Amino acid sequence: MIVSEATQTAELTRSGTPLSGGGAGDPTSETVPAPGLPRLLEGVPAQGAMSLDRHLETHGELPTAKRRDRRGASALIDQIEQAGLGGRGGANFPMARKMRTVASGRGKPIVVVNATEGEPASLKDRTLLETLPHLVLDGAALAARAIGAEEAILCVCESAGAGYERAARAIAEREQLPGHWPRIALTAAPEGYVVGQESALVNHLNGGPATPTFTPPMPFERGVRRRPTLVNNAETLAHVALIARHGARWFRELGLEDQPGSTLVTLSGPLAYPGVYEVEFGASLSSLVEAAGGTSTRVRAALFGGYAGTWVDGGALSRLALSSAHLAPYGASLGAGVVLLLSEEACPVAETARVTRWLAGQSAGQCGPCVHGLDALAGTLEQIALGGQGRRGTERVERLAALVSRRGACAHPDGAVRFAMSAMEVFANELADHARHGRCEACARPSELPLPARPRPATAV
Amino acid sequence: MCAELLPERITLDEWGYPIVDDRPLSPELVSHAQRAALACPTFALLVERERRRA
Amino acid sequence: MSTVIAATGPSAYWYLTRSSGTVALVLLTLALVLGIVDVGRWSTEGWPRFVIDSLHRNASLLALAFLGLHIITAVLDSFAPISLVNAVIPFTGVYRPFWLGLGALSFDLIVAVILTSLLRRRMGHSTWRAIHWLAYASWPIALLHGLGTGSDVKSTWLLAISIGCLVVTVAAVLVRVSLGWPDRLARRSAALGGTAVFTLGLLLWLPSGPLGSEWARRSGTPAKLLPHSASHASAGDKEASG
Repeated sequence: MIVSEATQTAELTRSGTPLSGGGAGDPTSETVPAPGLPRLLEGVPAQGAMSLDRHLETHGELPTAKRRDRRGASALIDQIEQAGLGGRGGANFPMARKMRTVASGRGKPIVVVNATEGEPASLKDRTLLETLPHLVLDGAALAARAIGAEEAILCVCESAGAGYERAARAIAEREQLPGHWPRIALTAAPEGYVVGQESALVNHLNGGPATPTFTPPMPFERGVRRRPTLVNNAETLAHVALIARHGARWFRELGLEDQPGSTLVTLSGPLAYPGVYEVEFGASLSSLVEAAGGTSTRVRAALFGGYAGTWVDGGALSRLALSSAHLAPYGASLGAGVVLLLSEEACPVAETARVTRWLAGQSAGQCGPCVHGLDALAGTLEQIALGGQGRRGTERVERLAALVSRRGACAHPDGAVRFAMSAMEVFANELADHARHGRCEACARPSELPLPARPRPATAV
Repeated sequence: MCAELLPERITLDEWGYPIVDDRPLSPELVSHAQRAALACPTFALLVERERRRA
Repeated sequence: MSTVIAATGPSAYWYLTRSSGTVALVLLTLALVLGIVDVGRWSTEGWPRFVIDSLHRNASLLALAFLGLHIITAVLDSFAPISLVNAVIPFTGVYRPFWLGLGALSFDLIVAVILTSLLRRRMGHSTWRAIHWLAYASWPIALLHGLGTGSDVKSTWLLAISIGCLVVTVAAVLVRVSLGWPDRLARRSAALGGTAVFTLGLLLWLPSGPLGSEWARRSGTPAKLLPHSASHASAGDKEASG
C-alpha cells in the first residue's frame, strides 16, 4: 500500500473541474529520478513553450534529409524498428511497421499528428504541445520525410486553447528556417472521447463527422483525401525526434527488452504533485508516486489506461511496475499512459456509475448495441449505487457486458465494459454494501475522477 | 430481417439488433447469409471469405 | 356528334395506356403502403419482415414496369401528340402540358427512388433515405396526373379507384404518424399537415376541375382535338366516350 506521511493536502481537482496541469509552485512535468532521464522532458520550461532556439540547443540540430534521399528516409525507419518504438496513443502498435505500410501504399502519403487527447484523465499530449511543441513537430517532419510524404496535419482538440496557439507559433517559428519542409498544417477537431480514434479523425479531416468506421479501406491504405495516411500520437513522434538524433541503441538504454525506452504518464489522484511524468518502462509505481510527492490518503484502487482501462486493487499496487508485462497479469495496461489513484474516502460505486454514464454519452451513436447497451449499463450501475438491486443488478451488468462487447464499429463499448467489469470485481464489497443498504456517506462527496464538464480552460502556465 | 433470413447464425438482442454467431458457414448457408446481409437497411452485416491473415 | 377526328374511336393504345396507368397507380399505392409497414417493422408468424420488404420492392418494380407500358402506349397512341420527351421531361408537351407534365415529374421521382435503391451500397444510408422520401412526393403527383390528364376521368370506376387509393394512402400515413414516425415532432406535424391540405384541396378541386364542365379544354387539350361544336355543353364528350 502506498502511504505517504505528508500532512500537506494537495490541491486536488474534484468533480467537473478538469485536472489543471499547472499552477504556481507545483512542477507540472517532472521526471522520476533515474539515470538517463529526462529525455522528452529535458529542459521543460516552467512557463510557456520552449522556443526553437532553446530546443535546438537542448537536443541538437534536426537531422536533415534531402527531399529525395530515399536511403536516408528508410534508414530512419530501420532505426525506429531497432529501437522498438511502439505507438503512445494506447495501442502500442509497432511504429516502424506502420510507417512501412503507409510508405508502400498507393498515392502520396500524408502524416496526421493526433494530439486530440480525448481521454479526460490524460494530459501528456496537451503538455507536449504547450511546452515542447518542437519535439512533436520535429517528429512529424522526420516521419513525413521517411515515408515520402510532403504534408503533415497537426490535429488539436478545439477546446485546447493554449496548445493550439503555441503550436501555431512554433510552426511559424519553423517556417522562418530555410530549407524547412514539409508543410505542417494546424487544424482543430471537435471535443469527444471517440474523436481521437484513427478512422474518426480521418473522417473529420475529410470533411465528414468525427465518428469511427470499421469498413475498409483503413487509413493506412486510403485515409485523408484518399491517400495512405500515417496517424500517430503526438508523443510517439516526439520520441522519433530523439531517436533520429541519438540512435536506436540510445533509446534502448532505458526501459525493458520488449518494451524499451521512456514514456509519459499522467498520474492523478490524492497526490502532492499530480501531473505528467516521464518514466522508463518497468519503473515501479511506488517510485512514480514518490516522485509525485506521495499520497495524502490511503489508496483504494488504481485505474490504469484511462476510462477504457482496468481497475487494480490498492493492495496490489506496491508490487506493480509500469509496463505491459507487469500489468498484464492484472488484466491492465498503461494505455495512453494514464494512472488514476482513487482514495479510500471516495465511493467507488458512485464514481464508476458516473464515469460509465459519461462514457455512454460519448458514444458516436452509430451502432445500436453501443448506444442502447452502454445506456443500459450506466442505468444499471446508477441503480446499484442507489441501492436495492442485489444479485439481479450484478447479473444484468454481466449480461449487458456480454451483449455489448465487440458489437460496435470501434472499441469504445469494449473499453466501457472493461472499465465497468473490472470495477465490479475490484469493488465487489462496496457493491454488495450498496445492494443491501443503498447510498453510503461517501456517495455525497464531490467526485474524484475527472470528467470534462465544460471545455478545458487554457493552462495558467 | 436478418434474423429471419439466417436464424441459424443470427439472433436479436433486446433492442432488435443482430447478435452474430461468427462460426464459419456451411456451403448451404452461404447464399442465405448473403441474402441476409443484403436485406440489412444499414448494411451492417458483412459476409467474409476466410482468409489467412498475416 | 360532329367531330374532327372521325369514327375511328379510341385506339387500342389509348385503352392500354389508360389501364396500365391505373394499374401503375394501384401498384404504387401498394408499394407505398408496404413501405410504411416495412419501416414500421410490423410482422406476424406468417408475414415475416423480409417478406413485407420483398413485397414492397417487387410492387415498386412492377409499378415501374406498368409505368413503362403506360408511357410507351401513350406515345404510340396517335390521338394525342405525346412524345417520349414529353413523357420524361416535365411540362414540355403540347397535350395538357401541366397535367401530363405532372406524370413525367412523378415518373422521374419514381425512377430516382428505384435507381438509388438498386445502387444503395454505393451511397451513404442517410443519402439513400433522403432520396427515398421522394416517394411520398411522387404519389400525390401521380394521382393528380391521373385525374387531370385522363379523358375519362368522370367514369365511375376510375374515380372509385383513384379515391380508393387516396383513402388507403391517407390511412397508411395516419397510421405511420400515430406510431411515432418520423422521429421529430416537426416532421410528423408536417406530414399530417401536408396530407390534410392535399386531401382537402383535392376534394375541393375535383368538382370544379376534372369533374366540372369543359375540363378537356381548360386542362390544355390542343384545340384541334376538341369537338368544335359549341352546342355541346359538356365538351370532351367525344373524349369521354372512350
